[in-house]
Amino acid sequence: MRYFITLILALYSSLAQAQNWEDQHYFGRPNAAETLRVLSSTDTAYVSGMIDGFVAENPDLGVEYLVTGTQNLNRVMRENPGRYDLVISSAMDLQIKLVNDGFATQLKDVASPDWTHWRSSLFGFTAEPAAIVLHKSVLANHSAPETRQDLIRLLRAEPELFRNRVATYDIRSSGLGYLFAAQDARTSETYWRLSEVMGGLGTRLYCCSGTMIDAVARGEILVAYNVLGSYAAAQAQDHPQIEVIVPSDFSTTMMRTVLVSRQSDNQLSARNFVAFMLDHFASPTSAETPQLPQLLSREGQENRQVIPLEPALMIYLDRLKRQAFTREWESAVIQ
Amino acid sequence: MKDRREGKVNTSGSLRNTLMVSLIGGAVVLAVILYLVVRTYAAQIAQSTQDRILSASITSILDAAAIRNDTLSVELPYSAFSILSTQADDRFFYAIYQDGEFLSGYDRMVHAQTPPGEVRFESGRYDGSDLRIATASRRLVGGSERTTLSVTVAQTQENLAGVLNRISRNAALLGFGFFALMTLLSLWLTYATITPLTRLAASVQRRGAEDLRPVAAPVPAEMAPLVGALNSFMGRLSHSLDQSEEFIAEAAHRVRTPLATVRSYAETTLQRVDKLENRQALRSMVRAIDESSRAAGQLLDHAMITFRADHLNKETLNLTELTQELIQAMRPIAEMKDVELDLMAHDDVQTEGDAILIQNAMRNLIDNALKYAPFETAITVKVLANPTRIKVRDYGPGFPVEEIDELATRFRRGTNSDGIIGSGLGLTIASDVATAHGGSLILTNPAEGGACATLSL
Repeated sequence: MRYFITLILALYSSLAQAQNWEDQHYFGRPNAAETLRVLSSTDTAYVSGMIDGFVAENPDLGVEYLVTGTQNLNRVMRENPGRYDLVISSAMDLQIKLVNDGFATQLKDVASPDWTHWRSSLFGFTAEPAAIVLHKSVLANHSAPETRQDLIRLLRAEPELFRNRVATYDIRSSGLGYLFAAQDARTSETYWRLSEVMGGLGTRLYCCSGTMIDAVARGEILVAYNVLGSYAAAQAQDHPQIEVIVPSDFSTTMMRTVLVSRQSDNQLSARNFVAFMLDHFASPTSAETPQLPQLLSREGQENRQVIPLEPALMIYLDRLKRQAFTREWESAVIQ
Repeated sequence: MKDRREGKVNTSGSLRNTLMVSLIGGAVVLAVILYLVVRTYAAQIAQSTQDRILSASITSILDAAAIRNDTLSVELPYSAFSILSTQADDRFFYAIYQDGEFLSGYDRMVHAQTPPGEVRFESGRYDGSDLRIATASRRLVGGSERTTLSVTVAQTQENLAGVLNRISRNAALLGFGFFALMTLLSLWLTYATITPLTRLAASVQRRGAEDLRPVAAPVPAEMAPLVGALNSFMGRLSHSLDQSEEFIAEAAHRVRTPLATVRSYAETTLQRVDKLENRQALRSMVRAIDESSRAAGQLLDHAMITFRADHLNKETLNLTELTQELIQAMRPIAEMKDVELDLMAHDDVQTEGDAILIQNAMRNLIDNALKYAPFETAITVKVLANPTRIKVRDYGPGFPVEEIDELATRFRRGTNSDGIIGSGLGLTIASDVATAHGGSLILTNPAEGGACATLSL
């Protein structure tokens, strides 16, 4: 464990200084009797509707919403589990490990389908596929790539056009990027071929989906691979030059998950928050705020490969495994 | 008679209860043992299943290790963790050590040294749940490098506990089912064991009074001594009854004959004696002898009846004929008293009974009537059927009304009997005979006068 933390510390020394939240927002009355501190990797815009609804129903409660990256979130939580009441993250493996290591409370009375929770402690509330995001100018001369093979063909067809204008997650700094990459690699060898092609074109690496999508919108980047589809779809409404494609050969779909800190002093309110949240995301609401895709039934997920919420995900957090995978990834992407 | 046989029996415990208690108690003990055995066995199987999975996980991690370019590389296979997924979402922990140095996983885990090729299992507790810990190691040789890789995998036992709970519930159901079955079986077994006993008791109870034959129906071997003893007891009883019958007959003979002799001497002497006071004395003597002779006869009759009533010798007999015979025999005595004896009877009144006893009873009744009947009156004897009964009617003074219910008791004589020879046993004998035949003796004073004794059978 110590090694792991040291590794993270070394990689993200800049983030480790004090608490530099990406975003920080307070919901509810300022003098609320009780304040829930929510540690999250999800942008505030996607959950503000939900939290507004929650504080409207519970006027005695305030919600402090703190946004940071998945890796940093994991570190902050482990350092000080008593300071936060809820943890929302898209990095399923890190969340699973938090539960496995005993950081979460079991909420036996919160109803949820079997495949969307683990130990009644970690609850998935969205199902979001990884997507390919294109700048529409690419489609002028080419048909839209439906599969990874199509994308490889497209990149190979015009290497000069795409040189240094291809992007993906830096799996060394993004928990979610690493999760997507590991799942892709487990599912198909095509991932490594694509990575090599992208590496040959001088892929630019990003920490987060948002910045990647912005870069595509600005035209700096033409193709971004393994971008969080939900964010991209939301951005596409404001930026028509963005094309979002969920690959049809296989799509890696992650669940955004929430857990209640075992050391939280506000267990009941935190539990109610989780119940409210699951309810909220299970049913579509007004389209004012950007939406996160809701969990569908098992049948609805048929074509999508939802990463199973099980402790085997922890394998990707193993130091040796991670080292080996990162080395292989580096040799493919950073040439 | 029945009452005499069903006297209070001194009992201690009950065979049925002893059998039931021991069988059902045994069933309870067996059911509990069954439950414990199944549970223990299931727990062992469940534990060994978890152990196998843990060791499979460890083996796949150890197998993934290799020395490449003089450095150890361990690339954990996905399956090493995925096989640890359980229905109850058990948590698991692991640690990988190289030559005692922590390599990866949870560094806070207790790490034990094990010889290569051997999986060591331990049980522990962590964070409120039971933990099963497995450790194994492998020696790797590559080029100049020699190293020992050791892996520990631990998993919580929540799923195991769930499985055990289910099995325990089923084992409990099984135990209960076994118990219920055994209870039914015990009931049946007790019934089957007790039945020959109750059957024997019923067959002995059902027997006629005179039936002292040995029990012939087959009985279980264990009951043979009891039945054997019962048979030999009945044999002895039968023998002693025969003896006492002989004795009574003998006694009757021995007492009556000398009395008769003495009486005849007294009569002869009376003829020869002229002196008035002597004649008076002799008459008194004859009278006393008559009384003794009669009393002895009646006593013996009564003894005989008591004895015969206990083992009634029933046969089909023609009551009309029987009565006719008797009246024929008694007519001379009646004529001596100038009393008419009339028989009114249907041709054939058949009945079941002991001829000697019935005749004896009738003789006593007629005798009684003769004693009280005035000169030149008639005594009517009626034989009636449905229900079978005999009525003896005289025109004497009738029974003393205030004593009518007690007259049939032993040695009881009516208040109006002064000067009449009698022992007070006549009505008792008639009443005993009637009772022995399941009937009764009813004494009434008809409105037209006289007395009427009805002997129903």
